[in-house]
Amino acid sequence: MSNAKTDKPIKKRKIKLDEALLAYRGVWVFVESERGHVHPVSWELMGQARQLADQLGVEVCGVVMGAPGPALEAQCQAAFAYGADRCYRVASPVLADYRNVPYTQALTDLVNAHKPEILLLGATTLGRDLAGSVATTLKTGLTADCTELAIDPEDRCLLSTRPTFGGSLLCTIVTLNYRPQMATVRHRVMPMPEPQPERSGLIIDFDPGLIETDIVTKVLEFIPDEQRDKPQLPYAEIIVSGGKGLGKAENFKLVWDLAHVLGAEVGASRAAIHAGWISADRQVGQTGKTVRPALYIAAGISGAIQHRVGMEASDCIIAVNNDPNAPIFDFAHYAIVGDCQQILPALARNFGTYLGRH
Amino acid sequence: MNIVVCIKQVPDSTHIRVHPVTNTIMRQGVPAIINPYDLFAIEEALRLKDQFGGKVTVLTMGPPQAEPALRKAMSYGCDEAVLVTDKVFAGADTLATSYVLACAIRTLDAESPVDLVFTGKQTIDGDTAQVGPGIAKRLEMELLTYVSRIVSVDRQARRIRVERRAEGGVQVLETRLPALITMLEGSNEIRFGSAPDMFRAARAEIRVWDRNAAGIDDIKKVGLKGSPTIVSRVFGPTPRAEKAKQIPFDPQTPEAAAQALLEQVLAEVPKVKKELDGRKNAATEGASHE
Ligand SMILES: Cc1cc2nc3c(=O)[nH]c(=O)nc-3n(C[C@H](O)[C@H](O)[C@H](O)COP(=O)(O)OP(=O)(O)OC[C@H]3O[C@@H](n4cnc5c(N)ncnc54)[C@H](O)[C@@H]3O)c2cc1C
Ligand SMILES: Nc1ncnc2c1ncn2[C@@H]1O[C@H](COP(=O)(O)O)[C@@H](O)[C@H]1O
Repeated sequence: MSNAKTDKPIKKRKIKLDEALLAYRGVWVFVESERGHVHPVSWELMGQARQLADQLGVEVCGVVMGAPGPALEAQCQAAFAYGADRCYRVASPVLADYRNVPYTQALTDLVNAHKPEILLLGATTLGRDLAGSVATTLKTGLTADCTELAIDPEDRCLLSTRPTFGGSLLCTIVTLNYRPQMATVRHRVMPMPEPQPERSGLIIDFDPGLIETDIVTKVLEFIPDEQRDKPQLPYAEIIVSGGKGLGKAENFKLVWDLAHVLGAEVGASRAAIHAGWISADRQVGQTGKTVRPALYIAAGISGAIQHRVGMEASDCIIAVNNDPNAPIFDFAHYAIVGDCQQILPALARNFGTYLGRH
Repeated sequence: MNIVVCIKQVPDSTHIRVHPVTNTIMRQGVPAIINPYDLFAIEEALRLKDQFGGKVTVLTMGPPQAEPALRKAMSYGCDEAVLVTDKVFAGADTLATSYVLACAIRTLDAESPVDLVFTGKQTIDGDTAQVGPGIAKRLEMELLTYVSRIVSVDRQARRIRVERRAEGGVQVLETRLPALITMLEGSNEIRFGSAPDMFRAARAEIRVWDRNAAGIDDIKKVGLKGSPTIVSRVFGPTPRAEKAKQIPFDPQTPEAAAQALLEQVLAEVPKVKKELDGRKNAATEGASHE
C-alpha cells in the first residue's frame, strides 16, 4: 500500500536526532511467551525486523524473558532460526508469569542499557499492556496496530502505517527526536517467515535485578481457555464472511451453509456483528481478527478499510456484492456483481458437487 | 470509594461516511457519543459505588464541546465531572494525553485521595489502548488491563482482586489500591439512568479546568509539542494492480456464474485448488469410515 495514488503529504518534517540518540542502533523484537509458549506474532515480527535491519545495515535482536530454565534457551535458538542475530536473555523467577511492573522494568532497563533504534511488539493483550507502559516510562513514541512498517531511506526513520479513523484512509506515523521508535503489529498481519534451523547467534544474559517482595501484584491463578468452541479464524485456510448486505439475520444461514460445504470458518464484518447476526468473536478487521487464508469469500461486504486490513493478505479473495462500485472490488481477485441470496446457494451447490458433498 | 473514570467523546462511527471522490471523512452532522468502550468503565465504577458508597468522578480531556459526554455520564449516576480543556492541548498523541490526564487525576487526588481509576480498553477513534497504561505509569499506580471481572475489594486491607484477559486464558490477579483498571468490553451492561440522575445531570456544575487548574507543571509535555509522534502522510489504499476478474452473472442462471467461478479459481489459484482437493480427499475418507 506504500505508493498510493491519493498521496497527501501533511507535513514534511526533517527529523534531526540529538547526539545522544544517534547511539541507538538495531532492531529489536520482544519475544512474547506466556506459559512457556511463544506467541507466533513474535516470529512474524522477526521476519519483518530482518527486512528493516537489512535495510538499515544493523542487527536484529530478540528479547526473551521468563523464569530461568531451558525454555528460554530454546526460545533464543528459535529466535535465531527466524532471523535474530542476537538475543538478550532476561531470566528471573519474578518473570515466570506476565505482570506489568516487572516486565516493564526489565524491558525499560534493557533498552536503556543497549539502546535499540526500533522496538517491535505483538499487538496482543500482553504486548499492548507492556508497550504502552514501556513507551510512557521511556517517554518515546509508540504506534499501535501497524499494518505496514518501512524505513525512510533519507533519515533512517521508521514509517509506521495504520488505518485512520472512520474513513477509507491510512496514515503513516513517524517518531520525532525520540528513541527507540516503538510499534505494535497484530497477529497474522505480517507473513510467517520460513525458519532456518542452521542459523545461530549470540546470547547475552541480562540480569534485571528483580526481587519478588518488591512486586505488589500477585498472580493467584491462570485459567486456560477452552479451545474447543472458539473459532480458529486466524488459522483458517478457507473463510466465508458475511456483511450487512445479507439483509437480515436469517440470511446469514446462507453463509453458514456455504462454509459447511467448504469446511470453512465463518467470519463477518462489524456491521453484521452490530446487527446482532453473529457473535463478536467472528469479526474480521482492524478491531477484530486478522486472517490470511488461501480463500476468502466476502458476501455483502462493502470493503471498508477497517475490514480490508484484516483480510487483504488472503491469497484469493472472492467478492459477492450487488453494487459494481463497492470498494471491495478494488482489492478482490474475483468479482460477482449480484445478489448474494442467489449466489451463495449456487456456490454451495457447485463447490459441493466438486467436493463430493451433496 | 473515590473513583475516577476517564472517558472520551468520539464521533459515532456508524454515522461516518467517506466522500466517494476525495476519500476524506465527512464529519458534518456526525453525532458525538461517549466512546462505547468507556461505558463498561463507567458501569463498573458505578457498581463499586453501589456496593461501597463514595463517589464517581468522570474526567475528560477535550474541547469545550465535550461537555455533553460528561453530562451523559452523570445521567447514569456519576457524581462529578471534570473537563480539562486548553488550546495548548491540541494535537496531543497518547503520551501527551496521558500526561494531562495524570496531572488532572493528581489534582483530584490532592482534594480527596483516589482509590481507583478506570479507563476503557481503547477508543474507537484513537484505537491505541495506550492512554490507560500511560496514566498508570505516570502516577505509579498498579495497572490492571483487560479486566473482565472485579472479583473482590477489601477496603480495610486496600486490596483488589480481578480477572484479567490474557492471551491463552484468564489471569486472576491481586494487587493494592490505588490501581488503574482498563475494563474489557462486554463485561457488564450500562444501566439506564434514574430520573433524578437525569435531572441532576442536566443542571449539575461541570468543573472546567485549564492547564493551570489541572495542575500541569510542564507545558512542554502537552499538545503537539509534547507528542513524540506525528502523522506524516495520509493516503488512500492502493487498488491492486490487476482489476478483479469479473464473473458474469445473470439472475436467471445463477448456477452458470458459480460454475464459471469455480472453474477459474481451480485453474488459476493453485493454493486454493490444493486446499479444496485436500478437503475432497478428507471428505471421501470420512465417507469410507461410515
Ligand atoms: C475504528 C473503527 C474500527 C472498525 N473495525 C472494523 C473491523 O474490525 N471490521 C469490520 O468489518 N469493520 C470495522 N469497522 C467498520 C467499517 O468501517 C464498516 O462500517 C464495516 O466494515 C461495514 O460492514 P459491511 O461491509 O458489512 O456493511 P456496509 O458497508 O453497509 O456494506 C454492505 C454491502 O453489501 C452490499 N449489498 C447490499 N445488498 C446486497 C445483496 N443483496 N447482495 C450482495 N451485496 C449486497 C452493498 O452494496 C454494500 O457494499 C470499523 C470502523 C471503525 C470506525
Ligand atoms: N482525551 C481523553 N480524555 C479522557 N480519557 C481518555 C482520553 N483519551 C483516551 N482516554 C481513555 O483512555 C482509554 C484508551 O484510549 P486510547 O489509548 O485512545 O485507545 C479510553 O477508553 C479512555 O478511557
